Amino acid sequence: MRRGLAILFALALIASPAAYAVQPDEVMADPAKETRARNLSRELRCMVCQNQSIDDSEAPLARDLRLLVRERIASGDSDRQVIDFLVARYGEFVLLKPRFERQTLLLWLVPPFVLLGGGLALWIYARRRPQRDVAEPTALTPEEEARLAAWVSGDRPSDAPRS
Amino acid sequence: MIAESGHYALVLALALALIQSTVPLVGARLRDPALMNVARSAAVGQLLFVLMSFAALVMLHIISDFSVANVFENSHSLKPLIYKITGVWGNHEGSMLLWVSILALFGGLVALFGQNLPLSLRAHVLSVQAWIASAFYLFILITSNPFTRIANPPIEGRDLNPVLQDIGLAVHPPMLYLGYVGFSISFSFAVAALIEGRIDPAWARWVRPWTLLAWTFLTLGIAMGSYWAYYELGWGGWWFWDPVENASLMPWLAGTALLHSALVMEKRNALKVWTILLSILTFSLSLLGTFLVRSGVLTSVHAFATDPTRGVFILVILCLFIGGSLTLFAGRASALKQGGIFAPISREGALVLNNLLLTTACATVFIGTLYPLALEVLTGAKISVGAPFFNLTFAPLFVPLLIAVPFGPMLAWKRGDLLGAAQRLLAAAGAGLAAIALVWAWTRGGAVLAPLAIGLAVFVIGGAVTDLVERIGLFSVPLATAARRARGLPRSVWGSAFAHAGLGIALIGIVCETTWNTEHIGTMKAGDSVNVAGYELKLEGLTPRPGPNYRELAASFSVSLDGEPLSVMTPSKRTFTTRGMSTTEAALLRRGVSQLYISLGDTTPDDAIVVRIYHKPMVLLIWFGPVLMAFGGLLSLSDRRLRVGAPRPAKALRAMQAAE
Repeated sequence: MRRGLAILFALALIASPAAYAVQPDEVMADPAKETRARNLSRELRCMVCQNQSIDDSEAPLARDLRLLVRERIASGDSDRQVIDFLVARYGEFVLLKPRFERQTLLLWLVPPFVLLGGGLALWIYARRRPQRDVAEPTALTPEEEARLAAWVSGDRPSDAPRS
Repeated sequence: MIAESGHYALVLALALALIQSTVPLVGARLRDPALMNVARSAAVGQLLFVLMSFAALVMLHIISDFSVANVFENSHSLKPLIYKITGVWGNHEGSMLLWVSILALFGGLVALFGQNLPLSLRAHVLSVQAWIASAFYLFILITSNPFTRIANPPIEGRDLNPVLQDIGLAVHPPMLYLGYVGFSISFSFAVAALIEGRIDPAWARWVRPWTLLAWTFLTLGIAMGSYWAYYELGWGGWWFWDPVENASLMPWLAGTALLHSALVMEKRNALKVWTILLSILTFSLSLLGTFLVRSGVLTSVHAFATDPTRGVFILVILCLFIGGSLTLFAGRASALKQGGIFAPISREGALVLNNLLLTTACATVFIGTLYPLALEVLTGAKISVGAPFFNLTFAPLFVPLLIAVPFGPMLAWKRGDLLGAAQRLLAAAGAGLAAIALVWAWTRGGAVLAPLAIGLAVFVIGGAVTDLVERIGLFSVPLATAARRARGLPRSVWGSAFAHAGLGIALIGIVCETTWNTEHIGTMKAGDSVNVAGYELKLEGLTPRPGPNYRELAASFSVSLDGEPLSVMTPSKRTFTTRGMSTTEAALLRRGVSQLYISLGDTTPDDAIVVRIYHKPMVLLIWFGPVLMAFGGLLSLSDRRLRVGAPRPAKALRAMQAAE
């Protein structure tokens, strides 16, 4: 529970222990490793929470996962290996940014397709449509000239369209 | 008695809505002005009854009538008065009642201020408005009645969720709903145009101000919600890409696109079909947001399946309105005449680009929010789509959009001169480059992208300033003339300049906060001090304090900078006895537009306390930007052109000609 508007909306479900995410005792001694751990934590989901990363969550499970991430980093895993390890253990659900694979094909492809498709449609539309207005204006017909002259001189010709 | 009156008033409102949704339509068919005018009085009557119903619920909360289930579940006799009132919409039933009240308010406004609308258009618009209203009255009366009584009234209520006992609840939901529901007007206008099969000139005149009004409120509502989350949740986050937030962001993105395409339609009579489609989509996304939030489908697909009454009801409403309007659109759109031709490089072209990018951004949020749900329903596979996904997909869309923003107002309608616009933006671009160089030199070796983003933001702000400077001829005509021109400049021009500058300002805040945020997590005892971003914070002591319906533990920190004492900050932790829940009240110290932020965690057995201290540089700009955007919206709404209203064509003109 803690997401902006969710405050209001998720009312019925929430219970709010006022603890925090990362606790002082979890922080790694090496600042570089701690930064890596924090960055990884932001990409990993606390599986018992609503759309919360383990970096933000106060749930006990999130704490376990944060410690696990730090353990793996301390034992010399690369970021990639840590992620692979967690996915092997908990499934794709743990990733807040899904990998690009068969079941997430649509997810990743819709944004570029909408952009390219929309752009293409606009391009075709712009080409197909004659740009009459944009071209040089055509000259008035003699009849129009006469009517214009009449308008300018002040008498209204009877055949002029009203309004 | 109050509860029953409120309930009855709601039923009467439904009855009026049903009349309003049918009679004027028949009137329009028969060309009977009397029948068409029923829409007006019905809309006003509906508004009165809904307001009575809403007032009844507010009254019940104020007098703490615990024989009403809604009051019992969400109120407490010791709660401060302001939270008794705001608690009315801090729950499902009450917030739906607020939703329909605002819907009726907009309907009433159209009825009252729509005298210059063609009669049949007004009848159609109000009818469509009443269809929506009827559906939601039925929803409330059947599935979410706020006036249900309890047979054996308890003596005390269960209290409102402590997180909601905050001034944020007074402002955020009403603002948000004014935005959400306000888009129903553009929707009703679009559907009315489709039913009539033609777009009246008055149509374009009307849609833009209503969209602008809704958009202004939605902008403020979202910004307010974000700030509320920031200070209330206790860890300084302000946007989480949560589905509930996305539900409000989607109508905002679509509404922003609509605002810009309506501009093209109003000025140039082009993009009519697209504007109609966008009006439908924007309100559809508002309905979708209502469904996502109200049905419980977000928590889990299973929670939705166990108590599906409400969810299914809204889903049916959703399908009827979205499906119906899109079907109507498919059938009728081709009958609408296209007008106003323009070259690709032109103001219209720039606005089309704006629409393309905003629509894609909206589609991205849409797919990201719904994909996990759809995938789980279809295949059972569970995936998560969170902040990292949205950050990655959003940036590539917003960067070109922001680069294009200053160009738009510089291009002429119909056919623009890109090179000329670029030359006129040289000063703004120079300012942007200077900002990049400055920030980069200052934070050498730090983040690479941050200076670039700040340069982009400065370019956007510079573009807005350039537009104003050029229009009033500052630096090229005498100052007095420029000042006179500035006063004479249409307010809508000022409005768009403010809104565009607000975008740049928000971006600066976002970049600074995310890049140069300093954080300290640790346990402290009384007397300990810690240095965060140059500030010396000393924990003076912890004191327990009683509150009206809670107990709190307050910590007092003395803050000093370079040995000079600045201020005392007192973050606290509140425990609400009735619900047994606790909240953190963060302490904020403003320094310019930056903030120091302290929130408390648990106490340890040896009398120490976990603290989180942040220094958030430029953080206030994140919300100042949207406020400026909303201010621009209001400024544009006060434009003389809109106050004067749509011109009366035909008759008035002819009369004038005859008088010559």
